[in-house]
Amino acid sequence: MTVLLEARDLVMEFPVRHALTRRVVGRVAAVNGVSLRIRSGETLGLVGESGCGKSTTGRLLTRLLTPTSGSVHFAGRDLATLSERALRPVRRELQIIFQDPFSSLNPRKTVRQILSAPYRYQRVAEREPVERQLARVGLLPEHADRYPHEFSGGQAQRIGIARALALRPRLVVCDEPVSALDVSVQAQILNLLKDLQEELALSYLFVAHDLGAVRQLCDRIAVMYLGTVVETADRDTLFAGPAHPYTKALLAAVPIPDPARERARPRVPLTGDLPSPLDPPTGCPFNTRCPKAADRCRVERPVLRAHATGHDVACHYPEETTR
Amino acid sequence: MSLLEVSELSVVFGNGVRAVDRLSFDLDRGSTLCVVGESGSGKSVTSLAILGLLPGAEVSGRITFDGVNLVAARPAELRALRGERIAIVFQDALSALNPYYQVGFQIAEAYRAHRRVPMAQARRVAVRMLERVGIPDPERRAREYPHQFSGGMRQRVMIAMALCLEPELLIADEPTTALDVTVQAQILGLLDELRRETGTSVLFVTHDMGVVAGLADEVLVMRGGRAVERGPVDRVFAEPAEPYTRALLACVPRIDRPVPDRLATVPPMEATR
Ligand SMILES: Nc1ncnc2c1ncn2[C@@H]1O[C@H](COP(=O)(O)OP(=O)(O)OP(=O)(O)O)[C@@H](O)[C@H]1O
Ligand code: SF4
Ligand SMILES: [Mg+2]
Repeated sequence: MTVLLEARDLVMEFPVRHALTRRVVGRVAAVNGVSLRIRSGETLGLVGESGCGKSTTGRLLTRLLTPTSGSVHFAGRDLATLSERALRPVRRELQIIFQDPFSSLNPRKTVRQILSAPYRYQRVAEREPVERQLARVGLLPEHADRYPHEFSGGQAQRIGIARALALRPRLVVCDEPVSALDVSVQAQILNLLKDLQEELALSYLFVAHDLGAVRQLCDRIAVMYLGTVVETADRDTLFAGPAHPYTKALLAAVPIPDPARERARPRVPLTGDLPSPLDPPTGCPFNTRCPKAADRCRVERPVLRAHATGHDVACHYPEETTR
Repeated sequence: MSLLEVSELSVVFGNGVRAVDRLSFDLDRGSTLCVVGESGSGKSVTSLAILGLLPGAEVSGRITFDGVNLVAARPAELRALRGERIAIVFQDALSALNPYYQVGFQIAEAYRAHRRVPMAQARRVAVRMLERVGIPDPERRAREYPHQFSGGMRQRVMIAMALCLEPELLIADEPTTALDVTVQAQILGLLDELRRETGTSVLFVTHDMGVVAGLADEVLVMRGGRAVERGPVDRVFAEPAEPYTRALLACVPRIDRPVPDRLATVPPMEATR
């Protein structure tokens, strides 16, 4: 499969301000050297816990943020250095869907206006009638003249998806698209995303913290911790044989709806919380919580390298994988 | 006799919304009941009704706690019970804690609201509770403020505060929903351990069937303010009697089963009634 997007060594530093004086007192690297590839037609999952830099990465790939350093190659160009003007045509092919369906829809516009906005912005003729756009995401023609507040969360997310698809993008970044929804609605939206991928030959970056949803939708998965990618593998390899101690702990912490299994589960959750990105540990970012941490881990930062074919890990002492 | 018996409980708000509709269940001493359902199903309103925290709403039916009907109880009686014999932990620990007071002081004050002891003694209780819920260096941390704690540690503080008076009933409303899975696993493990040690009965509100599987003795599935299904956890998961329960279990993508091509979906409310 051809590579559609390739990010190399992305770094995003934000200024840190003093709580009272608002003076800049330092910098925090929300994304600290992320490299990843999205192939044409695939879904890459980006998982990790809150604050690890998933959404920032999604925004860098779509150039809603400009990286401090690093590159994003997409459609033959480096998006990281393009001007806003030069980015405009690229944006047709690269769209994003957000977690909160309501805050991303203008409350004063009808669905019809919302769905035609991308055409006006791009100054292109409307490619498709609104009714067709609505039908594609499972909504009805009569929905076109309603306002966002008249919809449920799941319906509003469908509108967000229809808008993202208006210009027929090649890649859609989905930033926690189902986390704000009830479980029954999540299932519908996940099914819809899968159908649309087949219908329109889309590629997705699926950003999520819910490992069940990620496994359902993704072909390959990248696990992030404290601003870096610690492991990437295809879905089945990652779930069956995680090599990074953090991935292993993350998978072990997912509650499974099976009482007998849950009772038998050896509860060895990680101790402690995520370190503050303001004050990251030296060496391996995971060393403060890692059950395998050794002296070397506290001084030398592991780099992401091949563990097996198509399976990269950033750890000095990865788990042996049998597969 | 069960510790808590709820029968024909209905809650109607001023705007006419019937948030809870003739709900009945009971909770035995030392046991854990998980109330599970989607948003708006009436889970939180049910917990608030037990605590008598629904001013302005019309609450009918009976909520019998250790023989006392809470629906008919006077506000002073309810205040005496709350905190002392019935405690609560909410989802949002940050807004439940006062940002201007030290964490240890807040636990000590919660203790002193029901026990006439000197402050110094209450503070010792606070430090001991912080230690018990796994806060490292509790002496020092007791003197810190809520914003100096991470989300998981704040939830531990809430649990310390809720359990300092050794309540008979702990109501936990989505206490781990805002937390990451690795931290959630710690908090669930802690709750389970404390529950075993103290014999406290737990009413645990959640939307996550995985969490239910790990904690519950009994399950109550709610939808549209009503009880859809009630029963022992093993039976409800292995042989759900109601189509809605079955659908709720089937629609969640799970990591221990082969990946289905499509996820099952839940039929709309009318069809299951
Ligand atoms: N103060 C109020 N006034 C009017 N209606 C209310 C009030 N509080 C709750 N409701 C309504 O009661 C119903 C049940 O709400 P409740 O919060 O108990 O559901 P829940 O199952 O806990 O939802 P979630 O999982 O989203 O917290 C909803 O329709 C809600 O809009
Ligand atoms: S490098 Fe060391 S601390 Fe980091 S994950 Fe591997 S074993 Fe753990
Ligand atoms: Mg609720």
